[in-house]
Amino acid sequence: MGSARTACLSAALALFSAAYANPHEYHLSNGLRLIIKEDHRAPTVVQQVWYRAGSMDESIGATGVAHVLEHMMFKGTRRFPAGEFSRRVAEAGGRDNAFTSTDNTVYHQQVHRDRLPLVMQLEADRMANLVVRSEDFAREIRVVMEERRMRYEDRPRSLLNESLLATAFAAHPYKWPVIGWMSDLENMTWRDALAWYQHWYAPNNAFVVIVGDVEPKQVLAWARRYYGGLAPKALAARKSLTEPVQRGAKRVTVKAPAELPYLRLGYKVPVLRDPAKDWEPFALSLLAQILGGNDTARLNQTLVRERRVATSAGAEYDYLSRGPGMLFLYAAAAQGRSAAEVEAGLLETVALVAAEGISAEELARAKTLWQAEEVYRRDSIFAQALEIGELESAGLSFRDANRVLEGLKAVTAAQVRAVAAKYLVEVGLTVAVLEPQPLAQRAPSVPAKEN
Amino acid sequence: MLRATLFLLFAATALPGEARVAIEQWTAASGARVSFVESHALPIVDVAVEFAAGSAYDPQEKAGLAQLTLGMFKTGSARYSEAELSRRIADVGAQLRDAIDRDRAGFTLRSLSSEAERRAATDTLTDMLQSPLFAGPAFEREKSRAFANAAEAETRPDSVAERRLYALMYPAHPYGLTANPASIAAISREDVERFYRTYYGAGRAVVTIVGDMSREAARILADGLTSRLPQGKGPDLALVSPAQRGEFERISHPSAQSHVLLGLATLARSDPDYFPLFVGNYILGGGGFVSRLFKELREKSGFAYSAYSYFLPLQREGPFLVGLQTRRDQAGEALARTREVIEEFMARGPTPVELKAAKMGLIGGFPLRIDTNRKVLEQVAVIGFYRLGPDWLDKFAARVDGVTLEQLRSAFARHVDPARLSIVIVGAAR
Repeated sequence: MGSARTACLSAALALFSAAYANPHEYHLSNGLRLIIKEDHRAPTVVQQVWYRAGSMDESIGATGVAHVLEHMMFKGTRRFPAGEFSRRVAEAGGRDNAFTSTDNTVYHQQVHRDRLPLVMQLEADRMANLVVRSEDFAREIRVVMEERRMRYEDRPRSLLNESLLATAFAAHPYKWPVIGWMSDLENMTWRDALAWYQHWYAPNNAFVVIVGDVEPKQVLAWARRYYGGLAPKALAARKSLTEPVQRGAKRVTVKAPAELPYLRLGYKVPVLRDPAKDWEPFALSLLAQILGGNDTARLNQTLVRERRVATSAGAEYDYLSRGPGMLFLYAAAAQGRSAAEVEAGLLETVALVAAEGISAEELARAKTLWQAEEVYRRDSIFAQALEIGELESAGLSFRDANRVLEGLKAVTAAQVRAVAAKYLVEVGLTVAVLEPQPLAQRAPSVPAKEN
Repeated sequence: MLRATLFLLFAATALPGEARVAIEQWTAASGARVSFVESHALPIVDVAVEFAAGSAYDPQEKAGLAQLTLGMFKTGSARYSEAELSRRIADVGAQLRDAIDRDRAGFTLRSLSSEAERRAATDTLTDMLQSPLFAGPAFEREKSRAFANAAEAETRPDSVAERRLYALMYPAHPYGLTANPASIAAISREDVERFYRTYYGAGRAVVTIVGDMSREAARILADGLTSRLPQGKGPDLALVSPAQRGEFERISHPSAQSHVLLGLATLARSDPDYFPLFVGNYILGGGGFVSRLFKELREKSGFAYSAYSYFLPLQREGPFLVGLQTRRDQAGEALARTREVIEEFMARGPTPVELKAAKMGLIGGFPLRIDTNRKVLEQVAVIGFYRLGPDWLDKFAARVDGVTLEQLRSAFARHVDPARLSIVIVGAAR
C-alpha cells in the first residue's frame, strides 16, 4: 500500500517539476553569481544575497562578529544614509531582513516585482560602500547584547543547545554560538566589524538568488547595471577545518530556572558532499524523519504516547552544511519523570532501530513526507530561494536538487538501519541535560508604586 | 504624485492573474459557513476548520479546557486509534495542525490535491471532528502534558508578563484568563465532552478551502466536514467591561532581561475604527524597522532588540499591546522612553509624511499578504470567521488610502487612553 501511494505521488511530482525546473544561472565578470528562478503565480519577488561568511569563519575571542556586521549593514552608506535602506524598502511595500548562521550571512527582501531594481540597487550599494561609524557601533552592540539576552540567557533550552555544541566540538568553530559569547561582544570594537566587512564582503564571495514573477534576461541586465561595477577582492585562503574524531561520549549539564528536565543529544554524522555517490546523508535524513519528524514517528509514539515519560520528543538533522554534521534528539520529561528515564528512553528507541531496523511502511511514509514537503515548498518563493541558497552554500549546486530527490527515493530500509548502527553510537554522542532550578523568588505578583 | 502611484498600483492589482483573491462564500447544508478560493497553480489543497471555541469559552476555574479539548481530537476516534489517525495523515504526505486563540479553535490541513491523497486526508479530519473518543487514558496523558506545559510557562518571564497583563486588562472577562496548573488540574474528561457538545456545532463552524479543487468538490468537502457535528449552539461570548484604570505591577524574576508590557482592552473586529488604528499603529510600533518605537528604543537608544505595538482585534474588544525586553537594570528608563513615544504620538499624531509613507508601505505591500496559498488561507479564514465580507481584500487598499490624519488622531484618542494602560514588568523587582 505504501509503495503504491509513493508511485502515484511520484507521477504527480514528475509532471509538476517539469513545469518549474527553470532556474537560470549567470556569472558576472567580478565573480558574483546570480541564480534566478521564475515563479509567476503572484506579482511578487524575493531577493536573497548570500555571503559566504558565517560564524564558522570567525576566530576565538572574536565570536559573534559575523552577526554584529549583519546589524551594521543597516547603518547606511554615503549614498543611502542610516535608515534609508529600510525606509525605501518599507515605502515600496517591501519586507526586508537578514540572518546570520554558522555558514552564511543572508540579506533578503520581498517586494512587488516592479520594485526589484530598487532592492538590487540598495544591496549592491551596501556590498561595497558601507560606512561603519564608531557611534553607530556603540549603540548597535548594545542591541546585539539584548538579542543575546533574549534568545539565550533567558531561554534555558537555548543555553542547553549552546552548551551541547560547545561540548561536542573540540576544535571546529561550530563550537561557539552564532551570536557570539557575551564577553566577546563586550570586547568587540567598530574596527573588528569594519575589518570583517572589508575581508568578506565582495561580489566574488557572494551569490544572489532571485525567485518570483520576473523575466531572467531583464534581471540579468539589472544585475549587470547594479552589481556589475563592483570590484572583486582578493580573498584570503580558508584553512580547512577538520574536527578531531570523537573517541567517547561527552556529557554536560545546565542548571537554569525551569520546570521540566529537558535533554538534547547530539551524534556526529556525515553531511552531503558528493550527491552522485553519498547515500548516508539521505539515509540519515529519513532516519531523523522516522525517529522524530511527525506525530507517528517513533520518539513521539513510544516516549510521549505509550510510555508517557516525555511531554514532547523529536529529532533533527540537516544534510547540508559547510562544516561537520550532527543528528540531534531531544525530549522534555513528563511530570514526575527524571532526566535519566528520558535519556534511557531516547537511547533505547535508537538502539531498537539499529538492532531490528525499520518497516517498509515507515520507509515509504518518510519518503512520501519528504516529497510532499518538496511540493509544499513551491507555495513560497522565499522557501524556494532558501532551498537554492542552502544547496549552493554547502558547496553543491541548485542543479543537485533532483539528484537529492533521487538519492532519497533510492534509500533502502537496510541502509537506514545501517546508518543508525554506524553513527548513533556512544562514541560520537554528546548528552546535554537541563536540570531545572526553582525560581529564586517565586514571588506572588505585587502591585508596585510607580517610579 | 502619491495619488498617481496608488492609482497605477490599483489598476495593476485589479487585473486577472495579479494580486487579487476571488472569495466565494456560502452556507453548507449543516449551517457551517464556508469560504473558498480556487487556485490550480499548485497541486495543493489547504483546508481550515475553525469553531467559535477558543479559550474565551473556558470556565473561569477551568482555564485550559478549550485547548485540552482541541488536543484530544488527535488521540482517537470511534473508527481509528491515535496511531492510525496519525498514520493516515502522514501516509499521504499531509500536514495537520491544530491552532487556538481566544476566539477560535480548530485545524488546518495541507494536502496534495491528487484525489486519493486528498480524500484520505480530509476523510481522516472529518472522522476526527465528528466521532472523537475522548478516551480516559488519553485524556489523563494530555491533561498531564498540559499541566506540565503550564507549570513550565510559569517559570518563563515572557509568559508570566503576558498572563498578568491579560488579567489586568480583562479583570472580569475570559479574555483575561490563562491556563495554569491549578485550572488544568480542575478539568475532568466530562468537561471535555461537554465542551465539545456545546461549542463544536456546525453553527459555530467556519470552513475555509484554498487551492486545487473545483467549487463542486469544495461544496461536497465542506458539507462532509460539518454534516455530523454536535447539535449544540453554545452561548455567545460575554461582553467586555474593560478595566477603567491602568494598573502597574512588578514581578520579581531572576531573568537577565526585564520584560515590559503595556496594554488595554479596546478593539473589536467589527469596530469602524479598525483602519485608522491599523494605519496609525504601523507608524507607532507595527511597521518593523521604520516604526517610532523601533527607532527610539532600538536604533537611537540601544535599549531593546525588539520593541513593538499591535492591536489584536477580537470578537469582543481585543487588546492594544506594547512590548519590549531590556537589560534588567534599565527597565525603568526604557519604560519611561516608551511612554514618551506613546504620549507624543497621542498628543500630536503622526506627521503627514509619516502617514503618506505608511499608506505607501501598506498598500504597496498588499501583494505580499496574499502571495502564497497559506497566507490566503489565513486571511480568508479571518474574513470568514469575523464576517468581514468577501470583498474585504479587494477594498483593503482603498480603505487604507482613505484614512485621514484627523480620523487617525480621533480614533487613537478614543481607543488608547494612556491612563487606562496597564503595565507589567517581570524581572528586576525595582
